[in-house]
Amino acid sequence: MASKLLLSQLRTLTNLTYRRFINPEFICPLRPELLIGSRTYSDAPHLPPVDPVPSPIIGDNPLRKTKISSSLNQAELAKFSAISETWWDAEGPFKPLHAMNPTRLAFIRSTLCRHFGKDPYCAKPFEGLKFLDVGCGGGILSEPLARMGATVTGVDAVDKNIKIARLHADLDPVTSSIDYLCTTAEKLVEEKRKFDAVFALEVIEHVADPAEFCKSLSALTVSNGATVVSTINRSIRAYATAIVAAEYILHWLPKGTHDWSSFLTPEELVLILQRASISVQEIAGFVYNPLTGKWFLSDDIGVNFIAYGAKIDE
Amino acid sequence: MNRVIFKVLRPIRKYGLRTFSAATSDLLNASHNHSATTGILEKTNSTDNVPQYDVAIVGGGMVGVALACSLATMPLTKHLNVALIDSNPALMAGGSIKKEDPPDPRVSTVTPATISFFKGMGAWKYIQLHRHAFFDRMQVWDYTGLGYTRYSAGDVDKEVLGCVVENKVLHRALLSCMEESNMQKTIYPARLSALDLSFSLKSDNVSSQPHANVAKLNLSNGDILYAKLVVGSDGSKSHVRELAGIKTTGWKYPQNAIICTVEHAVENRCAWQRFLRSGPIALLPIGDNFSNIVWTMDPKQAAECRSMDEADFLKAVNEALDYGHGPHPQSETKGGGGLFSWLKLDTTPSANEPFEVPPRITKLASERMVFPLSLMHANSYVSKRVALIGDAAHTVHPLAGQGVNMGFGDASSLSRVISEGVAVGSDIGEISLLRRYESERKAANIAMMAVLDGFQKAYSVDFGPLNVLRAAAFHGANYISPLKKNIISYASGEQGIPLFS
Ligand SMILES: Cc1cc2nc3c(=O)[nH]c(=O)nc-3n(C[C@H](O)[C@H](O)[C@H](O)COP(=O)(O)OP(=O)(O)OC[C@H]3O[C@@H](n4cnc5c(N)ncnc54)[C@H](O)[C@@H]3O)c2cc1C
Ligand SMILES: C[S@@+](CC[C@H](N)C(=O)[O-])C[C@H]1O[C@@H](n2cnc3c(N)ncnc32)[C@H](O)[C@@H]1O
Repeated sequence: MASKLLLSQLRTLTNLTYRRFINPEFICPLRPELLIGSRTYSDAPHLPPVDPVPSPIIGDNPLRKTKISSSLNQAELAKFSAISETWWDAEGPFKPLHAMNPTRLAFIRSTLCRHFGKDPYCAKPFEGLKFLDVGCGGGILSEPLARMGATVTGVDAVDKNIKIARLHADLDPVTSSIDYLCTTAEKLVEEKRKFDAVFALEVIEHVADPAEFCKSLSALTVSNGATVVSTINRSIRAYATAIVAAEYILHWLPKGTHDWSSFLTPEELVLILQRASISVQEIAGFVYNPLTGKWFLSDDIGVNFIAYGAKIDE
Repeated sequence: MNRVIFKVLRPIRKYGLRTFSAATSDLLNASHNHSATTGILEKTNSTDNVPQYDVAIVGGGMVGVALACSLATMPLTKHLNVALIDSNPALMAGGSIKKEDPPDPRVSTVTPATISFFKGMGAWKYIQLHRHAFFDRMQVWDYTGLGYTRYSAGDVDKEVLGCVVENKVLHRALLSCMEESNMQKTIYPARLSALDLSFSLKSDNVSSQPHANVAKLNLSNGDILYAKLVVGSDGSKSHVRELAGIKTTGWKYPQNAIICTVEHAVENRCAWQRFLRSGPIALLPIGDNFSNIVWTMDPKQAAECRSMDEADFLKAVNEALDYGHGPHPQSETKGGGGLFSWLKLDTTPSANEPFEVPPRITKLASERMVFPLSLMHANSYVSKRVALIGDAAHTVHPLAGQGVNMGFGDASSLSRVISEGVAVGSDIGEISLLRRYESERKAANIAMMAVLDGFQKAYSVDFGPLNVLRAAAFHGANYISPLKKNIISYASGEQGIPLFS
């Protein structure tokens, strides 16, 4: 029953995502070993039929008993703090983010121009829109978004990252308008901040409670606004490429940057976004070609993927 | 409409400059002593009055101006703030070209690819106002009399094979196109004297390298400007290339080219090229009863040819294009057997056209100019905040008329890459973005250079028996239709990989 309902909702997604979902793992989302395992959120086993309006039972984890739950995972943050000096070294630890940037921005440009009805032939199509970049790090994503015309707020839980981001953005008059804050998505929710589009790229795999985190992203998005999330798939292939290759063989990333068990599959991400009132409209994969050293967009979401969703009108 | 700003020395800028050179004295001292003698000092610590540009184009030759035009006419780049730096008075003249003047000897054979690039920018309409000559046939032969090849536009389903245009007409058309655009542009009538590529605005407490976010340019007139991207379109002796530390590979040919305009009694619609023992001679139509001559020979002969009187020179040219140095090749016997008859099924229509003799030259219509020949290629086309285009990146033998076409290909590619960068909010001086331009153009240019160098080597030396092979190659080119189509479409800039693709 639940799976039928799910499938009917997923039909509204693009073909490519739809095609991907027809796999046994997904049709049977209650498989406990898939969802409990080492997941850090405890609400998963009680998965109710997907409901656009999040039901209050979801997420009765201990953290929620305090007034605001925290998405912070201290061990993860310490890793980023340790290498914060290297954000803008295109050959340093963040090389994959630099290399991926044009590709993911091409996805953002095309989906959000359509979403907001903007002219794709305009140099600054996002003029007049307020964007939030959650987990902005050194500002690798915030700066291009600002160059594309958006009024950008960038937040990160690591103060050192925010300092680096501020210094770097100040170098260019166009990016110096970015508002960088050392805070979390939850705190902004508490402050009742709202944005036309909210981004969390390569962040969700580092947070303590992905489902709660998505709810915060949703709460920060205006009705009919857009949310964009990218992350690494929890697949054997992702394990091989992202962790073994990137961390151990190519030494792109410091060892221990990623904890495989905390990755989400595209199916899981769609689900938790859906329960946070964000309906995923499009998913694309990033594929790395080791021969050309370039990333390109593809319908292969086996390793790295990006999802864009629309905030459901409440 | 016309938003070009001409930068003639403005006192305000000088104050800014003085202040700045006081701050970073050793870097700047070398280049503008004259401003130091003005003795005006104003106390500010900011860099606010130094103008900042998105793109600084150093060298406003045909290729540099083509880049400016291309940026001005693409939707995602037309908002960019562009500086064009060149002391060449032609940039400021804004004047017109008189049609009565005899054609200038400096001409270019523009390919169909270049023509569509110009049309796309709206620059071709200005060419149409001036003298230009389309040609639809080409005849290539040599002094041995063993072979000849005729190409015609029909072979590749085209109306024309190319168009010969004076360089000053190309330049003027591009300038008009740029002036007509709404792009914010500033022309600096000066030369680049120094370049700082690891410069960082507000760099007080940041270690410089990863944060270097602009290039700083010092000009010969004392002006200073910042730019996110510096484009070196300053010709074969590029100063930008040198200042960016980019090395070159190349060699000089032991040959010079003599060029001039000549007149004949009838109109010419064909490009002629004959390989002589000493090097090739080309006769290109340039409109009305004029043609252009590019004749390659050893430097001593070239000097003689330049100084001999007109009558002797015309006699030498007419001999070189007709009976001198060897017999005419035999026209192919129609449908006859012959060495290559087995290929007959595949022949192109012009293969059966008889050999023709070029029009007889009656008058010298310009001065004679002599140029040394060389081949040079920059080891890289880009470095952080720098991109080289045109002759700054590569120079080739003028024989095939490809030099400026390769440069226009660079300008077109670089502007497209910049546009792609703007689309995704990149810093347009980022090396990873610029590498896309380099990888696109380097492959194309090297392939073209290899073909031209091979041509040069094969035809400039008299290899004795090898001439027979050469003649066979001519026959081959004439008869093997697909190969011939490839040669033509490659020479007309439509194909990435030469020959057997
Ligand atoms: C004899 C001969 C015949 C040729 N025939 C053909 C042909 O038939 N077809 C063809 O396609 N090509 C031909 N070429 C090649 C063609 O002329 C060049 O490829 C073309 O001119 C290159 O254009 P460019 O804009 O890159 O460089 P250039 O035309 O050399 O322009 C460079 C510009 O940079 C400026 N400059 C230089 N240094 C500085 C500085 N420090 N600061 C500021 N500005 C500076 C100069 O003033 C100049 O305006 C021929 C070349 C020769 C020598
Ligand atoms: C891999 S980086 C991605 C940076 C940036 N979004 C990009 O894609 O270029 C992850 C960033 O998320 C930040 N981060 C991790 N957990 C966070 C949380 N709970 N709240 C805010 N930021 C967080 C880290 O400090 C780090 O800068």
